[in-house]
Amino acid sequence: MSLTADDVNKIAYLARLGIDTQDTESYAKDLSGMLDLVAQMSNINTDDVAPMAHPLDQVQRLRTDAVSETNNREAFQKIAPQVEAGLYLVPKVIE
Amino acid sequence: MQWETVIGLEIHAQLATKTKIFSGAATAYGAEPNTQACAVDLGLPGVLPVLNQEVVRMAVKFGMAIDAHIADYSVFARKNYFYPDLPKGYQISQMDHPIVGIGHLDIEVDGKTKRIGVTRAHLEEDAGKSLHEDFHGLTGIDLNRAGTPLLEIVSEPDMRSAQEAVAYMRKIHELVQYLDICDGNMQEGSFRCDANVSVRPKGQAEYGTRTELKNINSFKFVEKAINIEVERQIDIIEAGGKITQETRLYDADKNETRSMRSKEEANDYRYFPDPDLLPVYISDALRAEVKADLPELPQIKKQRFIDTYQLDAETASTLSSSKELANYFEALVKESGCDTKICSNWVTVELLGVLNKQGLAIQQSPISHTRLAGLLTRIADNTISGKIAKQVFAAMLASDDSADAIIEAQGLKQITDSGAIEAIIDKIIADNPNQVEQYLSGKDKVFGFFVGQTMKASQGKANPGEVNKILQKKLKR
Amino acid sequence: MHTKTIAQLAKGLRAGDYSSQELTASYLARIKQHTELNSFITVTEEQALTVAKQADMALATGNAPLLTGIPIAHKDIFCTQGVKTSCGSKMLDNFIAPYNATVVEKLDTAGTVSLGKLNMDEFAMGSSNETSFYGAVHNPWASNTVPGGSSGGSAAAVAARLIPGATGTDTGGSIRQPAALCGITGLKPTYGRVSRFGMIAYASSLDQGGPMTQTAEDAALMLQAMAGFDAQDSTSVEREVPDYSAGLNNSLQGLKIGLPKEFFDDGLNNDMASCIETAINEYKKMGAEIIEVSMPNLKLAIPAYYVIAPAECSANLSRMDGVRFGHRCTDPVDLNDLYIRSRGEGFGTEVKRRILVGTYALSEGYYDAYYIKAQKIRRLISDDFKRALQEVDVIMGPVSPSPAFGIGEKTSDPIEMYLADIYTIAINLAGLPAMSIPAGFIDNKPIGLQIIGNYFAEDKLLNVAHQYQQVTDWHQQTPQGFA
Repeated sequence: MSLTADDVNKIAYLARLGIDTQDTESYAKDLSGMLDLVAQMSNINTDDVAPMAHPLDQVQRLRTDAVSETNNREAFQKIAPQVEAGLYLVPKVIE
Repeated sequence: MQWETVIGLEIHAQLATKTKIFSGAATAYGAEPNTQACAVDLGLPGVLPVLNQEVVRMAVKFGMAIDAHIADYSVFARKNYFYPDLPKGYQISQMDHPIVGIGHLDIEVDGKTKRIGVTRAHLEEDAGKSLHEDFHGLTGIDLNRAGTPLLEIVSEPDMRSAQEAVAYMRKIHELVQYLDICDGNMQEGSFRCDANVSVRPKGQAEYGTRTELKNINSFKFVEKAINIEVERQIDIIEAGGKITQETRLYDADKNETRSMRSKEEANDYRYFPDPDLLPVYISDALRAEVKADLPELPQIKKQRFIDTYQLDAETASTLSSSKELANYFEALVKESGCDTKICSNWVTVELLGVLNKQGLAIQQSPISHTRLAGLLTRIADNTISGKIAKQVFAAMLASDDSADAIIEAQGLKQITDSGAIEAIIDKIIADNPNQVEQYLSGKDKVFGFFVGQTMKASQGKANPGEVNKILQKKLKR
Repeated sequence: MHTKTIAQLAKGLRAGDYSSQELTASYLARIKQHTELNSFITVTEEQALTVAKQADMALATGNAPLLTGIPIAHKDIFCTQGVKTSCGSKMLDNFIAPYNATVVEKLDTAGTVSLGKLNMDEFAMGSSNETSFYGAVHNPWASNTVPGGSSGGSAAAVAARLIPGATGTDTGGSIRQPAALCGITGLKPTYGRVSRFGMIAYASSLDQGGPMTQTAEDAALMLQAMAGFDAQDSTSVEREVPDYSAGLNNSLQGLKIGLPKEFFDDGLNNDMASCIETAINEYKKMGAEIIEVSMPNLKLAIPAYYVIAPAECSANLSRMDGVRFGHRCTDPVDLNDLYIRSRGEGFGTEVKRRILVGTYALSEGYYDAYYIKAQKIRRLISDDFKRALQEVDVIMGPVSPSPAFGIGEKTSDPIEMYLADIYTIAINLAGLPAMSIPAGFIDNKPIGLQIIGNYFAEDKLLNVAHQYQQVTDWHQQTPQGFA
């Protein structure tokens, strides 16, 4: 499997990941290498194997519906890049 | 050409839990921005989701109410996309294994019943809100709503008109409130709807290309938005054009739909099972518990009202449209001991008339069923007439007094004592010799004059039956 | 006293040989003296001295918890309230955590004194500690070599005796491999044994925190404090925590040791093979029985891992978006610019590679071929282990194909770096517990023996490791200049 610089740009956009133009080729090469490594899996027949999403053979534990959190806005917003009137600010969202 | 409309709805019902789906933060509406967003809701590094049991219970309850298959295991998945109101960069939702599978719901349109299929209902977390007021050209993000539990109810494309779509939406709206799993408040966004709309030539089996209408948040707008979108699609096709599959936003002010390009680009959501959460198991014990807890459903209640109270279908439908209204009516019947038709009449005509005018729900009624029963009892035992009752009812709206207290204070008690009525009538006969003459000479109409005069003289309190009887006797020809 | 183990220090503190304040000050002095290792990102001197003072008061009452007054340090992946938690990334260089990880909370409760935060590969992605935004960590055994990764700072600091014990995390070998390369003891517990709350996620279904210490005895003490159910982590297991120290001295007579033939094929170099063989012989002397086992799917662990871990991380790291915390680019022109530049500037190359691969593996049209396929392979690998562990008590093998390699030696070829985890990765896929213990030297560089146990058999692993450390002294070796 070989990825092109164009593929890399598409994936990078999906991941909203800035990549320097001059590095795109090297990412394409590295990613292609990773995909080649991964491609070894296709040699094995897994038709009758159930996917294993998790190492624990357990079911989800449930929490009672009781309020346990209090307002902690001040502490949380102290580490925020830009806030005003209790809101997180971002460049204009266009619907 | 004859066109057929095909509609499927995706309804998002906010579940009426105390806390978020994956955190212990409160879900109360209207709090100061970001004061109900804890570290989990904010998606801070290292924090983890833990599922609220009430959310699971509510979903199971809904599934049972629409006769759906409820999976033994359901799985939460991450739906990946970047948006500032989505703190983690993914929404925890369900994809391949939803909690509620195929079910159905019957709607009535033009007196005909139609079964609408429900494809699935799955649990997911709500996003926050973007506030578009201008913060020096920036947008403000409030994450209080982030993590509020949602049940997304997806219908089959079974509806063939905007009218059917609205009927289905109303039915789901009624049901989720019946089940106490959603407050149904559309202004606050607790109940929202997206519609998938397409058209096809009548008789064609394949579906046409559909568009998705986003966030149409009132019954009225759903109808308008679908109708305007159907017109738009037919116009395009008839002009030789093609429908683009896209998301469109309904603009109520302009009554038009327009493309939402921002939602269109690169929507490859890359769903995969959320490794922070394990499969949700619905045990037989939980099923039994929820089943036992299931209220009488609207359809069944309506039939029971028809059978037990001899109501007509329309009245029964109105009275069973909300659990609270139905409870009010049944309590009234029980407490007043009155004829069920009188009770249903008073509730649907007088009481709902007032509530609708004032925009109040039955829970907010200024007159409790007990107070109303007090009034109806007085009609039944002839203490007051139906006409006086309306006067008492008006007074009850304005005060907290009981019907009896008002009747007493305003001296509205019906005069049933025939002696007292006779005295009034004797005086009227004596004062109106001409009319007596006329009546005796055959003018039947004049009888009404005497009734009117008697009622007037008694300030409406004389029992009309008694008045009639005595007048007949006195004016015997 | 800096060469003493946690167990010895705890005794010394109780005997009044030294106070926690003296101990803390002495370790702090060593940390300052050896900044050339670059093992610490943050040193919390003032805070440590305050806590040490409280520890001394608690010790004076006579009923303080066992680890009271013992200095430790945390991998910078664990959130520490009020203290920078960078995860080795520029993205979180300004992130002061508003809460403690459960592990931090538990070790605080156990009485330990945290001296600071340890260097690591960026977001735990790496096997050499070279991907850290804060620079490479130097292996105290040979300063031009790597300490391993991703818990490289933890391993180097413990090996250099800058700290008697440290926390680490292990997603594909990140505790065991640096422990091996630095000649210390590292334990990756069963998935779900130690809470992941407040531990910044790399790959959620693989990550597990654990102790890094000089000895197995110390690992038992630290794990005792770290393990246990946490209601804040849905994947935390509700299961009693046994007394990990109680069985340390159990006899190994009749212990069945499985040696997977796939671990000892042509890929393993002769020096490493002979070191492992020597270690196995020690066990034979103690009465263990050696059984060859076969795990045919082991070779697919790296391919499966490099789909699953990147897929999970691609989503886990999406929250780093410059909106609520962390790095934000200057003057974003629009929303996409904010995301793309903040993330582009905040993440290093290796993190980007893995996000890209994960994004690709999950994208439309590739999900089944990559992600689902990898999950199926994961099941096959897990079944291999389950089968083998029905026959034997523990499985043994190497930790890493070679001792510490040179700084910069493998950075140009990421694939070669990935192969450094060939013996450790499968264990994370299966969710099993495993240890790395010092088992010799090759060219004066330490190497590790890996011991893999059944689910929740940490007590057995510790027993097996401790017995080896009773008859060998590899774990007592201290690198030159740090004795």
